[in-house]
Amino acid sequence: MTLQIIVNLLVAFAWMFFQNTWDFLTFFLGYIIGLVILFGMRRFFSTRFYMKNVIAAVSLLLLFIKELVLSNIAVVKVVLSPKLTMQPGIFALPIQVKKDWEIVLLANLITLTPGTLVLSVSDDNKLLYVHALDIPDVEEAITSIKESFEKAIMEVSR
Amino acid sequence: MTETIVEFLIGALVLLGAFFCLVAALGLMRMPDLFTRTHAASKASTLGVMLTLLGVLAFFWYEDGYINARLVLGIIFVFITTPVAGHIISRAAYNMNVPLWEKTVQDDLKNSYSKSKDV
Repeated sequence: MTLQIIVNLLVAFAWMFFQNTWDFLTFFLGYIIGLVILFGMRRFFSTRFYMKNVIAAVSLLLLFIKELVLSNIAVVKVVLSPKLTMQPGIFALPIQVKKDWEIVLLANLITLTPGTLVLSVSDDNKLLYVHALDIPDVEEAITSIKESFEKAIMEVSR
Repeated sequence: MTETIVEFLIGALVLLGAFFCLVAALGLMRMPDLFTRTHAASKASTLGVMLTLLGVLAFFWYEDGYINARLVLGIIFVFITTPVAGHIISRAAYNMNVPLWEKTVQDDLKNSYSKSKDV
Protein backbone atom coordinates (compact mmCIF):
# COMPACT_ATOMS: atom_id res chain seq x y z
CA MET A 1 0.00 0.00 0.00
CA THR A 2 2.85 2.42 0.86
CA LEU A 3 4.50 1.53 -2.45
CA GLN A 4 1.35 2.44 -4.34
CA ILE A 5 1.10 5.82 -2.59
CA ILE A 6 4.74 6.59 -3.43
CA VAL A 7 4.21 5.64 -7.07
CA ASN A 8 1.13 7.84 -7.16
CA LEU A 9 3.09 10.81 -5.75
CA LEU A 10 5.85 10.21 -8.30
CA VAL A 11 3.31 10.29 -11.13
CA ALA A 12 1.92 13.55 -9.76
CA PHE A 13 5.41 15.11 -9.64
CA ALA A 14 6.18 13.83 -13.13
CA TRP A 15 2.97 15.50 -14.33
CA MET A 16 4.10 18.79 -12.79
CA PHE A 17 7.45 18.46 -14.61
CA PHE A 18 5.67 17.76 -17.92
CA GLN A 19 3.48 20.82 -17.56
CA ASN A 20 6.28 23.02 -16.21
CA THR A 21 3.76 24.61 -13.81
CA TRP A 22 4.21 24.33 -10.06
CA ASP A 23 0.94 24.79 -8.26
CA PHE A 24 -1.49 22.71 -6.30
CA LEU A 25 -4.01 22.36 -9.11
CA THR A 26 -1.47 20.74 -11.44
CA PHE A 27 -0.33 18.45 -8.63
CA PHE A 28 -3.91 17.44 -7.92
CA LEU A 29 -4.59 16.72 -11.59
CA GLY A 30 -1.41 14.64 -11.74
CA TYR A 31 -2.51 12.76 -8.64
CA ILE A 32 -5.85 11.92 -10.24
CA ILE A 33 -4.08 10.73 -13.41
CA GLY A 34 -1.77 8.64 -11.22
CA LEU A 35 -4.82 7.09 -9.56
CA VAL A 36 -6.24 6.11 -12.94
CA ILE A 37 -2.89 4.62 -14.02
CA LEU A 38 -2.56 2.70 -10.74
CA PHE A 39 -6.09 1.40 -11.12
CA GLY A 40 -5.25 0.18 -14.60
CA MET A 41 -2.07 -1.54 -13.36
CA ARG A 42 -3.53 -2.92 -10.13
CA ARG A 43 -2.81 -6.56 -10.95
CA PHE A 44 0.95 -5.92 -10.97
CA PHE A 45 0.95 -5.03 -7.27
CA SER A 46 0.91 -7.68 -4.56
CA THR A 47 -1.60 -5.73 -2.44
CA ARG A 48 -4.97 -4.48 -3.58
CA PHE A 49 -5.73 -1.05 -5.06
CA TYR A 50 -5.05 1.30 -2.15
CA MET A 51 -8.12 3.50 -2.58
CA LYS A 52 -10.12 0.60 -1.17
CA ASN A 53 -8.11 0.88 2.07
CA VAL A 54 -8.75 4.63 2.15
CA ILE A 55 -12.50 4.12 1.71
CA ALA A 56 -12.49 1.45 4.44
CA ALA A 57 -10.63 3.81 6.80
CA VAL A 58 -13.12 6.61 6.17
CA SER A 59 -16.09 4.32 6.81
CA LEU A 60 -14.39 3.14 10.01
CA LEU A 61 -14.08 6.77 11.15
CA LEU A 62 -17.77 7.36 10.44
CA LEU A 63 -18.59 4.21 12.44
CA PHE A 64 -16.47 5.60 15.30
CA ILE A 65 -18.40 8.88 15.38
CA LYS A 66 -21.79 7.15 15.14
CA GLU A 67 -20.93 4.83 18.03
CA LEU A 68 -19.71 7.77 20.13
CA VAL A 69 -23.04 9.55 19.76
CA LEU A 70 -25.08 6.39 20.41
CA SER A 71 -23.05 5.50 23.51
CA ASN A 72 -23.55 8.99 24.89
CA ILE A 73 -27.29 8.71 24.47
CA ALA A 74 -27.13 5.37 26.31
CA VAL A 75 -25.06 6.89 29.13
CA VAL A 76 -27.48 9.81 29.44
CA LYS A 77 -30.36 7.36 29.74
CA VAL A 78 -28.62 5.37 32.48
CA VAL A 79 -27.46 8.40 34.45
CA LEU A 80 -30.73 10.30 34.34
CA SER A 81 -33.03 7.33 35.01
CA PRO A 82 -34.49 7.55 38.51
CA LYS A 83 -33.52 4.02 39.60
CA LEU A 84 -30.23 2.19 39.16
CA THR A 85 -31.44 -1.05 37.61
CA MET A 86 -28.34 -2.03 35.66
CA GLN A 87 -26.40 -5.23 36.22
CA PRO A 88 -22.73 -4.59 35.50
CA GLY A 89 -20.24 -7.35 34.90
CA ILE A 90 -17.01 -8.36 33.23
CA PHE A 91 -17.00 -10.78 30.32
CA ALA A 92 -14.24 -12.20 28.15
CA LEU A 93 -14.43 -11.56 24.43
CA PRO A 94 -12.32 -13.64 22.02
CA ILE A 95 -10.78 -11.54 19.25
CA GLN A 96 -9.30 -12.45 15.88
CA VAL A 97 -7.18 -9.38 15.07
CA LYS A 98 -3.47 -10.02 15.51
CA LYS A 99 -1.40 -6.86 15.11
CA ASP A 100 -0.91 -4.53 18.05
CA TRP A 101 -2.34 -1.43 16.41
CA GLU A 102 -5.46 -3.34 15.37
CA ILE A 103 -6.01 -4.44 18.96
CA VAL A 104 -5.55 -0.87 20.21
CA LEU A 105 -8.04 0.40 17.65
CA LEU A 106 -10.55 -2.31 18.52
CA ALA A 107 -10.18 -1.61 22.25
CA ASN A 108 -10.70 2.11 21.69
CA LEU A 109 -13.74 1.42 19.55
CA ILE A 110 -15.23 -0.92 22.14
CA THR A 111 -14.62 1.59 24.91
CA LEU A 112 -16.61 4.15 22.93
CA THR A 113 -19.53 1.79 22.23
CA PRO A 114 -22.67 1.93 24.38
CA GLY A 115 -22.14 0.40 27.80
CA THR A 116 -18.77 -1.28 27.38
CA LEU A 117 -15.29 -0.52 28.71
CA VAL A 118 -12.17 -2.56 27.99
CA LEU A 119 -10.50 -3.55 31.25
CA SER A 120 -7.63 -5.72 30.13
CA VAL A 121 -6.04 -7.50 27.20
CA SER A 122 -4.93 -11.04 27.98
CA ASP A 123 -1.22 -11.84 27.75
CA ASP A 124 -1.56 -13.91 24.57
CA ASN A 125 -3.59 -11.17 22.82
CA LYS A 126 -6.51 -13.51 22.23
CA LEU A 127 -9.04 -12.21 24.76
CA LEU A 128 -10.35 -8.81 25.67
CA TYR A 129 -11.86 -8.42 29.13
CA VAL A 130 -14.79 -6.03 28.79
CA HIS A 131 -16.72 -4.39 31.60
CA ALA A 132 -20.34 -4.06 30.50
CA LEU A 133 -22.80 -1.69 32.13
CA ASP A 134 -25.73 -4.06 31.68
CA ILE A 135 -24.85 -7.71 31.08
CA PRO A 136 -28.19 -9.41 30.26
CA ASP A 137 -29.40 -6.53 28.16
CA VAL A 138 -26.51 -5.96 25.83
CA GLU A 139 -24.15 -8.91 25.73
CA GLU A 140 -25.74 -10.55 22.71
CA ALA A 141 -26.23 -7.34 20.77
CA ILE A 142 -22.75 -6.12 21.62
CA THR A 143 -21.09 -9.28 20.41
CA SER A 144 -22.65 -8.77 16.99
CA ILE A 145 -21.60 -5.10 16.96
CA LYS A 146 -18.06 -6.12 17.72
CA GLU A 147 -18.10 -8.62 14.89
CA SER A 148 -18.83 -5.72 12.57
CA PHE A 149 -16.05 -3.61 14.17
CA GLU A 150 -13.51 -6.39 13.75
CA LYS A 151 -14.60 -6.83 10.14
CA ALA A 152 -14.22 -3.10 9.52
CA ILE A 153 -10.74 -3.03 11.08
CA MET A 154 -9.59 -6.10 9.16
CA GLU A 155 -10.96 -4.52 6.00
CA VAL A 156 -8.69 -1.52 6.60
CA SER A 157 -5.55 -3.55 7.26
CA ARG A 158 -6.01 -6.15 4.52
CA MET B 1 -32.38 33.79 7.60
CA THR B 2 -29.25 31.69 7.17
CA GLU B 3 -27.56 33.82 9.84
CA THR B 4 -30.14 32.83 12.40
CA ILE B 5 -29.84 29.18 11.47
CA VAL B 6 -26.04 29.19 11.73
CA GLU B 7 -26.10 31.07 15.04
CA PHE B 8 -28.71 28.64 16.35
CA LEU B 9 -26.55 25.67 15.29
CA ILE B 10 -23.44 27.08 16.98
CA GLY B 11 -25.37 27.75 20.16
CA ALA B 12 -26.86 24.27 20.04
CA LEU B 13 -23.38 22.71 19.70
CA VAL B 14 -21.99 24.54 22.72
CA LEU B 15 -25.09 23.92 24.83
CA LEU B 16 -25.14 20.22 23.93
CA GLY B 17 -21.48 19.97 24.88
CA ALA B 18 -22.17 21.60 28.22
CA PHE B 19 -25.13 19.26 28.73
CA PHE B 20 -22.98 16.16 28.15
CA CYS B 21 -20.34 17.47 30.56
CA LEU B 22 -23.09 17.98 33.14
CA VAL B 23 -24.30 14.42 32.57
CA ALA B 24 -20.73 13.17 33.04
CA ALA B 25 -20.52 15.01 36.36
CA LEU B 26 -23.91 13.68 37.47
CA GLY B 27 -22.80 10.18 36.47
CA LEU B 28 -19.69 10.54 38.63
CA MET B 29 -21.95 11.25 41.59
CA ARG B 30 -24.70 8.73 40.96
CA MET B 31 -22.88 5.60 39.81
CA PRO B 32 -22.20 3.00 42.49
CA ASP B 33 -18.62 1.88 41.84
CA LEU B 34 -15.47 3.03 40.09
CA PHE B 35 -15.98 1.07 36.89
CA THR B 36 -19.49 2.34 36.17
CA ARG B 37 -18.28 5.85 37.00
CA THR B 38 -15.55 5.46 34.42
CA HIS B 39 -18.25 4.55 31.89
CA ALA B 40 -20.02 7.83 32.48
CA ALA B 41 -16.88 9.95 32.70
CA SER B 42 -15.02 8.54 29.71
CA LYS B 43 -17.90 8.68 27.25
CA ALA B 44 -20.02 11.68 28.13
CA SER B 45 -17.09 14.00 28.77
CA THR B 46 -15.42 13.02 25.48
CA LEU B 47 -18.42 14.02 23.44
CA GLY B 48 -19.05 17.06 25.65
CA VAL B 49 -15.56 18.49 25.15
CA MET B 50 -15.57 17.62 21.45
CA LEU B 51 -18.91 19.33 20.84
CA THR B 52 -17.86 22.44 22.75
CA LEU B 53 -14.60 22.74 20.81
CA LEU B 54 -16.51 22.16 17.57
CA GLY B 55 -18.88 24.96 18.51
CA VAL B 56 -15.95 27.32 19.18
CA LEU B 57 -14.37 26.34 15.86
CA ALA B 58 -17.63 26.97 14.00
CA PHE B 59 -18.12 30.29 15.78
CA PHE B 60 -14.73 31.75 14.79
CA TRP B 61 -15.09 30.35 11.29
CA TYR B 62 -18.46 32.02 10.86
CA GLU B 63 -17.66 35.25 12.68
CA ASP B 64 -14.11 36.01 11.57
CA GLY B 65 -13.62 33.61 8.65
CA TYR B 66 -10.72 32.09 10.55
CA ILE B 67 -10.14 28.36 11.03
CA ASN B 68 -8.10 27.57 14.10
CA ALA B 69 -6.12 24.40 13.34
CA ARG B 70 -5.26 23.99 17.03
CA LEU B 71 -8.92 23.43 17.83
CA VAL B 72 -9.07 20.66 15.21
CA LEU B 73 -5.97 19.08 16.75
CA GLY B 74 -7.52 19.39 20.20
CA ILE B 75 -10.66 17.59 19.05
CA ILE B 76 -8.60 14.76 17.54
CA PHE B 77 -6.40 14.42 20.65
CA VAL B 78 -9.38 14.29 23.01
CA PHE B 79 -11.03 11.74 20.77
CA ILE B 80 -7.97 9.47 20.80
CA THR B 81 -6.78 9.82 24.39
CA THR B 82 -9.90 9.78 26.56
CA PRO B 83 -10.85 6.11 25.99
CA VAL B 84 -7.24 5.12 26.69
CA ALA B 85 -7.28 7.10 29.93
CA GLY B 86 -10.52 5.41 30.99
CA HIS B 87 -9.05 2.01 30.19
CA ILE B 88 -5.83 2.67 32.12
CA ILE B 89 -7.60 4.04 35.20
CA SER B 90 -10.08 1.16 35.43
CA ARG B 91 -7.36 -1.42 34.78
CA ALA B 92 -5.14 0.04 37.49
CA ALA B 93 -8.12 0.04 39.86
CA TYR B 94 -8.86 -3.61 39.07
CA ASN B 95 -5.25 -4.58 39.70
CA MET B 96 -5.39 -2.75 43.05
CA ASN B 97 -8.42 -4.92 43.98
CA VAL B 98 -10.89 -2.07 44.05
CA PRO B 99 -14.21 -3.81 44.81
CA LEU B 100 -16.91 -4.11 42.17
CA TRP B 101 -20.49 -3.15 42.96
CA GLU B 102 -22.34 -5.87 44.89
CA LYS B 103 -24.92 -6.26 42.13
CA THR B 104 -22.21 -7.20 39.63
CA VAL B 105 -23.28 -10.46 38.03
CA GLN B 106 -20.21 -11.78 36.26
CA ASP B 107 -16.45 -11.56 36.59
CA ASP B 108 -14.43 -13.46 34.02
CA LEU B 109 -11.23 -11.57 34.69
CA LYS B 110 -11.03 -12.89 38.25
CA ASN B 111 -10.80 -16.49 37.05
CA SER B 112 -8.01 -15.69 34.65
CA TYR B 113 -6.07 -13.90 37.39
CA SER B 114 -6.44 -16.75 39.87
CA LYS B 115 -4.99 -19.09 37.25
CA SER B 116 -1.84 -17.02 36.82
CA LYS B 117 -1.17 -15.27 40.10
CA ASP B 118 1.94 -13.36 39.04
CA VAL B 119 0.22 -10.36 37.46
